[in-house]
Amino acid sequence: MTVNIYIPRDAGALALGAEKVAAAALEEIEKRGLDAKIVRNGSRGMFWLEPMVEVETAEGRVAYGPVKPGDLAGLFDAGLTEGGAHMLSLGKPEEIPFLAKQTRLTFARCGIIDPVSLEDYEKHGGLRGLRNALEKTPLGIVEEVTESGLRGRGGAGFPTGIKWKTVHDTDGPQKYIVCNADEGDSGTFSDRMIMEGDPFVLIEGMTIAGIAVGATKGYVYLRSEYPNVHKILNEAIDAARASGMLGNSVLGSKYAFDMEVRVGAGAYVCGEETALLDSLEGKRGQVRAKPPLPAHEGLFGKPTVINNVISLASVPIILDKGGAYYRDFGMGRSRGTIPIQITGNVKHGGLFEAAFGMTLGELVDEIGGGTATGRPVRAVQVGGPLGAYWPRDLFDTPFDYEAFSEKDGLIGHAGIVVFDDTVDLLKQARFAMEFCAVESCGKCTPCRIGSTRGVEVLDRLKQGIAPQEQIETVTDLCNTMKFGSLCALGGFTPYPVMSALTHFPEDFRPAPQREAAE
Amino acid sequence: MQQARTEIASAVAPIIDRWKNEEGPLLPILNGIQRELGHVPRESLPFIAEALNLTRAEVYGVVSFYHDYREKPAGRHVLKLCRAEACQSMGGDAVAEKLQKLLGIKFHETSADGAVTLEPVYCLGLCACAPSAMLDGEVIGRLDEARAVEIAAEVRV
Repeated sequence: MTVNIYIPRDAGALALGAEKVAAAALEEIEKRGLDAKIVRNGSRGMFWLEPMVEVETAEGRVAYGPVKPGDLAGLFDAGLTEGGAHMLSLGKPEEIPFLAKQTRLTFARCGIIDPVSLEDYEKHGGLRGLRNALEKTPLGIVEEVTESGLRGRGGAGFPTGIKWKTVHDTDGPQKYIVCNADEGDSGTFSDRMIMEGDPFVLIEGMTIAGIAVGATKGYVYLRSEYPNVHKILNEAIDAARASGMLGNSVLGSKYAFDMEVRVGAGAYVCGEETALLDSLEGKRGQVRAKPPLPAHEGLFGKPTVINNVISLASVPIILDKGGAYYRDFGMGRSRGTIPIQITGNVKHGGLFEAAFGMTLGELVDEIGGGTATGRPVRAVQVGGPLGAYWPRDLFDTPFDYEAFSEKDGLIGHAGIVVFDDTVDLLKQARFAMEFCAVESCGKCTPCRIGSTRGVEVLDRLKQGIAPQEQIETVTDLCNTMKFGSLCALGGFTPYPVMSALTHFPEDFRPAPQREAAE
Repeated sequence: MQQARTEIASAVAPIIDRWKNEEGPLLPILNGIQRELGHVPRESLPFIAEALNLTRAEVYGVVSFYHDYREKPAGRHVLKLCRAEACQSMGGDAVAEKLQKLLGIKFHETSADGAVTLEPVYCLGLCACAPSAMLDGEVIGRLDEARAVEIAAEVRV
């Protein structure tokens, strides 16, 4: 029987040499005349072990990692195809603590299946959600999603069911499903990983959304920094179309749904939903004033569901196992699971899907294992460039939308960037302002001008010019940006700036005073 | 000049034709032109404007809004270096300094021999193996000084 050897084609694994590992493995297979096949899977999300090679044995999968191209000959000598023992053996992948402690609902198949094989997808539980959806009325689907308590995983946390209900209730000859795959936040890659590792789950989620609200066309707006996703997603869409999962009659039903991928052109602000819609229409990616809501007047002025990748990719499991099943995970008003990305200066970086409620400290210290450099963790930024910097004092905060906002932070797209004690929070605050200035769409003044002034004020503070005055000015400026900006770019830039200032005031003392203190 | 314009016209015509009847055709057209020619030449804008019934100013407004579009050709290699927070936390700034020195250029510049263009990028989604970069579309993780030296040598070839 042909042995399956899994070597990821996930961009994270590729960045660490997976392509060369796959080439070396193929060479060994041919040289030794083995009856083995290389499957290019997604990643399990344990990047300190990538490239991680897995072999299918009679007792299940056996993993090896991190594998270098030069390791392959030795691995095959050790009996890789039978799961033989080797220095790089990791045993059964699902027993690795980082994976064993997770609750994988959305990412259940990621890293396990061949991402572009619909057959493999179905064998691992795919399409059950869509089939159930086809048995329901459109309103019944919407109710199931509402029941699940799913909230927008892009960052805003708006209830997905309510959004869908609005589009369902709005009349229109043409409606759209738009998937926001403009994952630009530093410290996040869950969208990338699911689209590379299990693209059919997104296609299935979008199709269910289309049936629920009466939309026949879907667009994935993908950032240009993800060419590998583009390739895989298009392969999957082609396969879905060829099999009748997409098209004029979805799985032989009366519903039509098709979709295509559109690639952006490098603008962070296009992750904001209305800027994204303008960009899809072929305009400058400028933020629209709301109302009207996209649900009423979205893409080309038509009723539009616009959801993040993870929100849509979580729909199939909800329709498969029921809204109540999903809702039973989590805490408070944060229901279900969230794929947390533990990144930056961390020993065990990767994707950790868990029910809401774990504390920041557990995630960083226990799951992440502290810093990669071995120095103490001083700060973590959660939620991308618009997220707050957290000191260790607040590491008891549970991962929950409300708990985070109570402490003036946000979950955002659930990325955690870990910094050791060499971090300079004044520099990070300045970077937040600088980033906002670079990426501002320019439509509203608080964001466009405020961010540039913010950089100047923080530069003066760094130089020690009238420090108290600068701190007052930057605080005032942040207040204006927070309440006066049209969207989250200008509105949330104060989070990293003010959290840095509040929790790490020692970094904001001007140079002479700082020296005196030391 | 006339000849250059004709060449551009024949290069962009099939791209425009491919997309002009689709919904929201402008970005796919611009992406296609940049892929084909390595940049979006100013001379191509009138053709796009005419096909999509837009003004040249509208098309230019879109081109100038997005970071990806170049008005001039890039070097033979394009190196995008991530400058975002996760990469900063792993010494990305030091690697950026080193690479600028090795290549003899700053961000947004192309080396005099036309070998390489250096561009900043804000996140490649490789935050668990930072610092990261993308060289001619290929991703690179855990970039350190040694790898920076290798890259600088590679792009000179």
